[in-house]
Amino acid sequence: MTLEDLRELAGHEQDRQTKFRFRILYCSSAGCVSSGCDDVKKTLRAALDAGGFAETCELIGTGCLGLCGEGPLVLVQPGPVMYRHVTPAIAQRIVDEHIAQGKPVEEHRVNLADPFFAAQTRIVLERMGTINAESIDECIAAGGYEALGKVLTEMAPEEVVAEIRKSGLRGRGGAGYSTGLKWDIVRKGKADQKYVVCNADEGDPGAFMDRSVLEGDPHRVLEGMAIAGYAVGANQGFIYVRAEYPLAIDRLRTAIRQAEKLGLLGNRILESQFNFRIDLRIGAGAFVCGEETALLRSVMGRRGRPRPRPPYPSESGLWGKPTLINNVETFANIAPIIAKGSAWFSGIGTPKSTGTKVFALAGNVRNTGLIEVPMGIPLRRIIFDIAGGTPEGTEFKAAQTGGPSGGCIPKEHLDLPVDYESLATVGSIMGSGGMIVMDSTASMVDVAKYFMEFCMDESCGKCIPCRVGTKHIYLLLDKISRGEGSAEDFGLLKELCTMVRETSLCGLGQSAPNPVLSTIRFFQEEYTRLLKPPTEFADGGTGGAHASVSAEGKE
Amino acid sequence: MAQPDTPHTVHPSGDNRFKLLDRAITKHQASGDALIEILHAAQGIFGFLESDLLVYIAQALRLPYSRVYGVATFYHFFRMKPTGEHTFVLCSGTACYVKGSAEIQKAVEHHCNCKFGETTADNAISLISARCVGSCGLAPVAVLDNAVAGKLTPDESLRRIRQWQEERKEEAA
Repeated sequence: MTLEDLRELAGHEQDRQTKFRFRILYCSSAGCVSSGCDDVKKTLRAALDAGGFAETCELIGTGCLGLCGEGPLVLVQPGPVMYRHVTPAIAQRIVDEHIAQGKPVEEHRVNLADPFFAAQTRIVLERMGTINAESIDECIAAGGYEALGKVLTEMAPEEVVAEIRKSGLRGRGGAGYSTGLKWDIVRKGKADQKYVVCNADEGDPGAFMDRSVLEGDPHRVLEGMAIAGYAVGANQGFIYVRAEYPLAIDRLRTAIRQAEKLGLLGNRILESQFNFRIDLRIGAGAFVCGEETALLRSVMGRRGRPRPRPPYPSESGLWGKPTLINNVETFANIAPIIAKGSAWFSGIGTPKSTGTKVFALAGNVRNTGLIEVPMGIPLRRIIFDIAGGTPEGTEFKAAQTGGPSGGCIPKEHLDLPVDYESLATVGSIMGSGGMIVMDSTASMVDVAKYFMEFCMDESCGKCIPCRVGTKHIYLLLDKISRGEGSAEDFGLLKELCTMVRETSLCGLGQSAPNPVLSTIRFFQEEYTRLLKPPTEFADGGTGGAHASVSAEGKE
Repeated sequence: MAQPDTPHTVHPSGDNRFKLLDRAITKHQASGDALIEILHAAQGIFGFLESDLLVYIAQALRLPYSRVYGVATFYHFFRMKPTGEHTFVLCSGTACYVKGSAEIQKAVEHHCNCKFGETTADNAISLISARCVGSCGLAPVAVLDNAVAGKLTPDESLRRIRQWQEERKEEAA
């Protein structure tokens, strides 16, 4: 297949789609599968067939429509009209009323002018919810693989790297390293073999951006990886994806097979001299494998234990060869940058944090789901406009970003712009994009304890500060949360956090104390309130009930 | 397709499932780098990874047993013990935690008289705690026999478990 053939295929597919009067897209992402979209699909199919709409109305399973808490979601084009909480009975009504008579079912209609949709800027998620997640033809009709074609026919590898550098794109896995710079290092590396690895080991609890992208638009990631392979001179790519995401694995397998069949992956891509294969590697449930050196060891079938850097994977990675590792969302940004130019991309966001960021909203907010916003947007706008604020009767307390490596942001910092540098100033991190909102009912000591338990369990055990330190931090937090901690314990806790942060080998240990330090920084009184007063010796009479612990520790 | 260098005949135990495993090993050219892939296949075929099975894999891949055992025990996903007839996988992600998964945990553990990570004495139900399953919009979430149940409450969890227990009783009777 040549680039002309690709465009012809796109044209055919566009023509095919215009033949339908209606396109009904139901969300087939994991969230809506859990809320029962399969039954909805069956009802829609049966109702369309029974009503004689099989020829004029197409039914499609699409990627995440965003409003995960209100699923199952169904979208009808043209319009578009979106429906929430669709049961089989509502599905029947959508066909009987909307399709047959042109009258939308108003009670279940979602207001698409709501800030949840209107305040978003979609680059990574642009095709989400508009195409069939399992059809490469629909993806191509919506511009898929056009950027790969452009790169292979018009650009030299160094031009591709320069374009990515100019765009200002930074790693979306959390640390925010310049993507172009990383590509440049791998490109300049001298080796007979290089690799491209996509980190889809989305281990942060509360994060599901990568899962949604892989389920809804897998070709976007494959295309980004192939462009990266061309730019850095690699002919082999790996996607390391969590075993906990069976649907994403399934969709990726389908997508790779489809792309190979059309000659968009494999040998002589688009009849150029460029070869690029992509293989899947399935993780097996270890948070530390999100750390790049651990991930590489896991790809090679070993225990996922990190090693000191340097050498960085860009110099010595898989089997000692230069290896480019980027996150799913980073790869998903590549094709649009190539297609629309670096100037367009760097015009979005802030000068130092360009483009957009996808966030997974969860916790105590009205609208939970998947959103994409320009970098630099104030936190307040995300939480109160897009997410709709906390449920009635509760008050916003803090937003947690960056999962077990991040921190919480209290209400005095609600006007903080969401970019890499600003989040760091308040002791949090951008992270991969999980954002959990907590209301006044949440105890921050318990939250810190929760994350520390996670890090303690997930510590690989290689270095002592992390293996033993996280355990002791956890024990201290547990003691304090039970109301048995003293001021001395609290001092020790802070000291231990600093020690673990400064002496651990890898990112897991170095960032593990962040949730504790950040909650101490903003909610210290929640800790001190639980401490035993220095002169009093409780004789254990309370039996662990911490509600009655005396107020006001003197610290 | 390449043949394995040591052609496996029928396993001495007569268990035909080893043929499936051999096929997976051949597919990866018996490469030690594919150990995790092969462990996934083995768990898919046998349900869990018994130590005999690990010895078999170690020999087929020409790896030391320690390496195979080390990898199998390092990752949470690999199970060294069989699971019960039903599985109750509770998500322990942050969103589920904030939305009260701890209450569900407490209620379920109390009802089943065993902790998460264990199987009930009658081998009926395995309680498993999962890292985030990624359905945070529906928190709190549990995966009951491979079907995700969202917006779960302690009462609803117990209702589902009692249902399993009653079905079992009926079958026994």
